[in-house]
Amino acid sequence: MREFILESTENLNRLDSEIVELEQKPADKDLLASVFRTIHTIKGTCGFLGFPLLERIAHQAENLLSLLRSGEKRATPRVIAVILECMDAVRKILANLERTEKEGPDEYGGLIDRLSSAIADPEDVPDLTAAPQEAAPPEAERSSAVSESAIRVDVGLLDKLMNLVGELVLARNQVLQFTNQKEDGALTATAQRLNLITTELQENVMKTRMQPIGVVWNKLPRLVRDTANACGKLVRLDLDGAGTELDKTIIEAIKDPLTHLVRNCCDHGIECPEERVRAGKTPQGAISLKAYHEGGQVNIEVADDGAGVDVVAIKAKALEKGLVRPEHAERMSEHEAMQIMFVPGFSTAKTVTNVSGRGVGLDVVRCNIERIGGTVDVSSTTGKGTMIRLKIPLTLAIIPGLVAASGGERFLIPQASLLELIRLEGDSAGRIESVHGTPVYRRRGRLLPVAFLNRILGLENTAQGDLVNIVVLQAEDRQFGLVVDGIKDTQEIVVKPLGKQLKGLSVYSGATIMGDGRVALILDVLGIGQRSGVLANRESQNHAAAQVTAATGSDNQRILLFRAGSFSRLALPLSLVARLEEFPQSMVEHASGRQVVQYRGGILTLVSLASVLEPDSAPNSMLSRDPIQAIVVADGQRSLGIMVDQILDIADETVTVRQSASRPGLLGSAVVGKEVTDFLDLRAVVEAAAPEWLERQSQCQSAAILLAEASPFVRSLVRGELEMAGHRVLEASSTEEVLGRLEARAVNLVLAAADLPPKGFAGLQNALKQQHKMGGIPVIELAQSSGSREAMFRSIAHLASALTSDSPAGAVESVEGQG
Amino acid sequence: MSVALAMQYATFVVEDLFFGIDVLRVQEVLRYQEMTRIPLAPTVAEGLINLRGQIVTALDMRRRLGLEPRSSERLPMNLVVRTEEGPVSLLVDEIGDVLQLDQADFEAAPDNLSQAARELVQGVYKLKDRLLLVLDPDRALEVNEFLEARPAGSN
Repeated sequence: MREFILESTENLNRLDSEIVELEQKPADKDLLASVFRTIHTIKGTCGFLGFPLLERIAHQAENLLSLLRSGEKRATPRVIAVILECMDAVRKILANLERTEKEGPDEYGGLIDRLSSAIADPEDVPDLTAAPQEAAPPEAERSSAVSESAIRVDVGLLDKLMNLVGELVLARNQVLQFTNQKEDGALTATAQRLNLITTELQENVMKTRMQPIGVVWNKLPRLVRDTANACGKLVRLDLDGAGTELDKTIIEAIKDPLTHLVRNCCDHGIECPEERVRAGKTPQGAISLKAYHEGGQVNIEVADDGAGVDVVAIKAKALEKGLVRPEHAERMSEHEAMQIMFVPGFSTAKTVTNVSGRGVGLDVVRCNIERIGGTVDVSSTTGKGTMIRLKIPLTLAIIPGLVAASGGERFLIPQASLLELIRLEGDSAGRIESVHGTPVYRRRGRLLPVAFLNRILGLENTAQGDLVNIVVLQAEDRQFGLVVDGIKDTQEIVVKPLGKQLKGLSVYSGATIMGDGRVALILDVLGIGQRSGVLANRESQNHAAAQVTAATGSDNQRILLFRAGSFSRLALPLSLVARLEEFPQSMVEHASGRQVVQYRGGILTLVSLASVLEPDSAPNSMLSRDPIQAIVVADGQRSLGIMVDQILDIADETVTVRQSASRPGLLGSAVVGKEVTDFLDLRAVVEAAAPEWLERQSQCQSAAILLAEASPFVRSLVRGELEMAGHRVLEASSTEEVLGRLEARAVNLVLAAADLPPKGFAGLQNALKQQHKMGGIPVIELAQSSGSREAMFRSIAHLASALTSDSPAGAVESVEGQG
Repeated sequence: MSVALAMQYATFVVEDLFFGIDVLRVQEVLRYQEMTRIPLAPTVAEGLINLRGQIVTALDMRRRLGLEPRSSERLPMNLVVRTEEGPVSLLVDEIGDVLQLDQADFEAAPDNLSQAARELVQGVYKLKDRLLLVLDPDRALEVNEFLEARPAGSN
């Protein structure tokens, strides 16, 4: 649709000038034919897309033009005016379409009448004797205007210019460095001027060679249309990033490969309309092309939403053709198998068409792309489509780079992949932590995988002091931190390729000459990331992320943050907190060796959190604090006031990490509000402060809960909260395990995930019903989001108290009543 | 003797081996240049040098020949060789004269030459007082088989 508007607008612009030209040369057959074709295309597409008004106008215009073309009519100014009016109307309708997707209210009745009358009008019958001769002068005039503003330049000359500018840039860098050492005002000023001129010269010389990739893409819509028609398919083409500029030589080099790839998508990728409908897709397939700069490279992605690559078919075909040995085919990964597509002479097309299937194509693509130093990669999802990604380096390009030091060497990092710099000093330098041996850094509450450049490159550790510099880099769609010893400078660098002896090194994209004349290596961000392993285990990362989301849901958990003793950041889920209170010191009384206050007509026991967490430390200054801040936790009629130093905040967010507790009284740590926060083990605090209360609680309130959830992560998360509420928790990961557990142990309540394997929550319920003696155990569905989780915990608390005193059935009823 | 059969060789010394290389393949000879080492590169690739704005890989002939590494106080010389992909520098101990030698004195490499050396040697010229090994520059620059030879850094 958008393409139609774009294409038609382009066509209209061309038509305008052509019709105007036609007015001057009414007998020019070629021109007429061209105009006729364009209008015909617009008409055809309108009919196809279902725009009756547009089609009617275009149809009438076409009729008129066909009369002109066959010579039955002459292109008088009157006729031309009507045609131009048509064009304006079409343009207006297109504008409406673009805005509202409707053709607009205007019926253009008058215009259509005028068109029909122009067709019928006998006045314009051609006067065959009047052969127009006035065509030549404007033609000459126009071409001379063009030749004045542009000249042809040999690309070889531009190449040479580019090389010279590269050398100039390096010489400039050296001059600047010398100038900095000598303190000479005049020299500095001259050097600055040299600097500016060089930069400008460099930019402009680069521009002379740059062309938007759209130059190549312009030919694709037609190609797709023709190919699709030839194969009997419906295909839409989306182009994104047509303005991405590339060096002219690269544009030339990728023209054929791109054509091949797009044609391949049409022929192999997109299925026939019937097949698509059967697969639940729209009959029209889509091919999308995307071009963008990344890390000093240009990425071009050619994707289709077709059937995907049939890896099994590839393996079978490869075996049949003897390209691989059977035992090799067995072991081959999907990615490896897809590489077979690039082997010369390989094609999986069932029939050889005139479009493709002759086994010439992908190997040519790869060959051409590799010749210019690029790479081709293919990824595919069965049923979803295929994506082929071309990575084309900008050799000879001058790019900005960051100079970083590591292991006593200097390295350049292309600025295009640079996201931010993090500098950790003093204590914060220790904030690079380890998850399963992988170093990570908490950047604004999110874990950033970190790699050490000196370790990746096998260099000695030359980091000084407790200073850590992290360069945050982006490679493909992922981010990672690279730890370097120091960050020096940014510099314009001329990327020079490495010799063939070093071609196998994926960690470098090239080298450059620094201001001091020495060579420095340019890091390949993607290669570094892959080598260090920070980019490798993407799947597992996503998996973990999915689990966290599953556990905490899309909405947030509300957490009370406070400070006590040497713990600067403690947390308690707000759902466990009854109230926050302040008591003046004068209210504190002593009863049976405890600090108490009279509170709401009762007695509230106070316990100093600092003394619970750090029993060995000297008596805390808390008592001198006035007023006392206390977190009141309540259970029925009983309450306990936990004295803290300061209430900090209430955070409303997703808890991302959980580490196991390092000391009693704490459940573990998590990142809350970008800072590491210890979660308080309320049960342990109560145990320490008022053991008799807990005894009663465990008699009446605590229940044995069987937590059934497949993900161990979610289990541990929920378990923490249940235990905090004073329940005993058993775990199970499937329905079968639940049954086994119930057989062996007495359980008051089962808390099960909605997606519990193998048959979900309902499956578990059915299984329990069948087991007669287990039928009476209430089963609650584990809430997915924290909002509903608070409600869930309330029902568990309610149930637990009911279960331990009354009959279970009554409790279930009351919960259902609540729900 | 026919002059047409005579060839000119640039000579150099690596440890106790006396080498010659077709003089037409030699671009230039340089004293020691500061080098940038290349982490993770094959050990033969000693470093990168800046040759008037061109970045040239320097290959250590001692390592290429499987000899003992050069003692640190002894700086190598650069013998820059032309290749289709641009110049490459060979790091050698000493540079000798250019010699004009007669094909008649040429003989295939002796069988007892070390394996690493024999791969790179086209043959031997029998000089009056010593033997000159003729280096095959293209073989000498072929280091792909050494790729990944250096142990990877621990990640």
